[in-house]
Amino acid sequence: MKEYMPNEKLDIRDILSNLEDYTPKRRGWTWRTPVPNLQMGGHKYSECSEPLKNSIGIPSAVQYFDNLDPQPNEVITTEIASGRFEDDIRRMRMAAWHGADHIMVIRTAGQSHYDGLIEGSPQGIGGIPVTRKQVRAHRKALDFIEEEVGRPINYHSYISGVAGPEIAVMFAEEGVNGAHQDPQYNVLYRNINMVRSFVDAAESKMVMTWADIAQIDGAHNANATARDAWKVMPELMVQHGINCLFSYKVGMEKGNICLSTVPPSAAPVPCTKYDLPYAVALRDFFDEYRMRAQQNTKYITSSSREATVTHVLNMMISKLTRADIQSTITPDEGRNVPWHIYNIEACDTAKQTLVALDGILEMVGLNTEGYLPEQVRELKERAILYLEELHEVGGYFEAVEKGFFVDSGKYPERKGDGIGRTIDGGIGVGTVYEREPDYMAPVTAHYGNNNVEQYDPDTINDPAKLIAGCTLEKPEKIVFIDELDEQDNVANRLEEAEKYRNTNLIKPEMEWLADGTVVLELFLPTDRRTAEFAAIEVAKKMNIASPEVIHTEELHPSEGSRIQVKGKVDIEIDLSTLEIPDEPVMLSDDELWTAIDVKPLKVVAATVGEDEHSVGLREIIDIKHGGIEKWGIEVEYLGTSCPVEKLVDAAIETNAEAILASTIISHDEIHYKNMKKIHELCIEKGIRDKINILCGGTQVINELAVKTGIDAGFGRGTKGKHIATFLVNNRK
Amino acid sequence: MKGYLKRDDDFQTRRKHLENLSDDELHARFWELLDKTVEPLLDLAKTHTSPSVERSVLLRMGFSSIEAKPLVEMAIDRGLIGKGVGNLVYRAAKNNEISIRDAGLGLLDGQYWDTLNFN
Repeated sequence: MKEYMPNEKLDIRDILSNLEDYTPKRRGWTWRTPVPNLQMGGHKYSECSEPLKNSIGIPSAVQYFDNLDPQPNEVITTEIASGRFEDDIRRMRMAAWHGADHIMVIRTAGQSHYDGLIEGSPQGIGGIPVTRKQVRAHRKALDFIEEEVGRPINYHSYISGVAGPEIAVMFAEEGVNGAHQDPQYNVLYRNINMVRSFVDAAESKMVMTWADIAQIDGAHNANATARDAWKVMPELMVQHGINCLFSYKVGMEKGNICLSTVPPSAAPVPCTKYDLPYAVALRDFFDEYRMRAQQNTKYITSSSREATVTHVLNMMISKLTRADIQSTITPDEGRNVPWHIYNIEACDTAKQTLVALDGILEMVGLNTEGYLPEQVRELKERAILYLEELHEVGGYFEAVEKGFFVDSGKYPERKGDGIGRTIDGGIGVGTVYEREPDYMAPVTAHYGNNNVEQYDPDTINDPAKLIAGCTLEKPEKIVFIDELDEQDNVANRLEEAEKYRNTNLIKPEMEWLADGTVVLELFLPTDRRTAEFAAIEVAKKMNIASPEVIHTEELHPSEGSRIQVKGKVDIEIDLSTLEIPDEPVMLSDDELWTAIDVKPLKVVAATVGEDEHSVGLREIIDIKHGGIEKWGIEVEYLGTSCPVEKLVDAAIETNAEAILASTIISHDEIHYKNMKKIHELCIEKGIRDKINILCGGTQVINELAVKTGIDAGFGRGTKGKHIATFLVNNRK
Repeated sequence: MKGYLKRDDDFQTRRKHLENLSDDELHARFWELLDKTVEPLLDLAKTHTSPSVERSVLLRMGFSSIEAKPLVEMAIDRGLIGKGVGNLVYRAAKNNEISIRDAGLGLLDGQYWDTLNFN
């Protein structure tokens, strides 16, 4: 694969070429490297990690702080679910630049029930079919992207369903770094037979251990499923505990075992009263394990604003307790539009919040008396009582059969509405076989009884020696399958959008190249239901095809409603026909400060002619509006309707280096006539060669302005920095 | 209704035996109970196998997913999965002095099954 510069797009075909020979450059999960007391941009950060080589900071960093982009200690996750792995790659690169170092690729609907590995590159729904080809292409792309941003990126997907062990082996072979693995998820939410699920889980975890893959459990699903999410807290601790200890006893290091934990509640309930005690209790019990802090999704709606606030509040819990991985459910999860822009927004939200709360526990502490510790204690006791009763009924399987799990009561309260499964039911029932005394598997990372000594007692610690190494030691033994489906594959999809791939043509896009998807934000002065239908008509009249309302909010029962509509446009733009003026080059704040400090600069300024407008010029001058005073330029302001003679005289008297004239009124070309007059007056008074004349206004065009003899014209959108840069760069 | 147990919150009476435990003792009790919960599940996994476990063994032995699946099914049909499907391939290779891959592909083709010589 070639090296790409930041201004070059990744070439999917380049990534796919020679994929059959690609081997991952490393294995295992990587945490960020904390830098205690990191100094950056003149500030000291307590809980930040090594900065990136290439990144884009939050919007205020870009606008006000020269892209100051400190990276919190927490690994930041982004979840990608477009269904096309080739488009996911572009999104991974964008997310990495915004601070994501854990790329979680969602699987296509139904893969849990697929009895075996899927091969090739078929398109998915709500995620991709996780195949060797797609995983390898992703890891290959990330191997480049992590070099580009300067930090290892963890690639992650799911080891669940009825093909867990095979997926685990494929992930280990392909250098996947993180995975969800929790047999309880299979049992409760996928109705896969419980015996099968635990037998498979042990093998999967053993393979994950070999590959140093970090594991995330599935307990957060109980929170999303329970009727009242805050009541399920005692059970959540039990579910986490079962998966953690089962994994540890298989051989996984505690430092690679992560609890997927969610603050169980959200406003309008007083959520911190539930979420904080729960977070403290959980971290007390699981002090040796890692925390992957997930956002509450139980109470998410289609309001991306509301989802973002929940995300921020959830991260406050993370910072007041502990999180090793901070997840970022995209703010669009509640309306199922998994678009590029929302991945990036969520990464920025995480980065912004975690950095904003840097060092908070150096300033505030959690109370050790009163409500908080009382609640913590109660939750722990409830979890223990749960486990005691689980044993009274005969153990885990029996408890599942009796509907212990996802009951909507706060244990020991029971509502009788849990998810029950039978030991002899579910998908894959009857597919577990007892190992005979001479059972044998000549491979590495195999769990349980393995009678290799019948062949060679020296291979007890290395069963794969019997076959001179398995694929884990000898990757050349891996059989790579390219494609199995002649129609549904990446080559055909690339052809479809070929016209737009690295050409001069672009189309608006939200998830797939050239998908034409746009979103329309409307306020309509009517009730919500009427507005919904009216909005569709608005979209149709704008030639937006397949319009669909994705969000509505009532602002008042009759005065108005907010509506968001998505749809498709068939608009393409030929970039080669665009006339884009050169971007004005601007000096940085530091360069301007230094230049003015070394050699002070004075100007005179006024609105000239019969013109009482002052807003534009004030914005150019005033420090409050980012005007030229900010960098120390001294301004003699003469007000509005200033005669040009007075302006030029003032320039001479104050020994100014420049005249700034604002000319709003443009009828009869009066603005250009005034510019010419200032220029001629300066010649007449003998100062033209010593002074810069800058004129601005909404109707001013630089090319026409300089024809009048002045030095520069500035039109709509001019900022103080443009003027300051010109003044410093063109001193006479 | 599902017929599962319904019960009001009896936490205050149920917790009596935990009341005097220290935080450290609670921590220890939680993990002891979990240990008792997972031990039988681990034993089950040590002594049993499944089609997916066996397919994962075959993948590691250098077979593709589309070869592994029917091979495991053939072993189940012949009542031999309890030996380990990797074991069958290993035996076929050893007893016939052929490579692991040739042995697996041969078994898929219906050959060598009579050479495995299990007791």
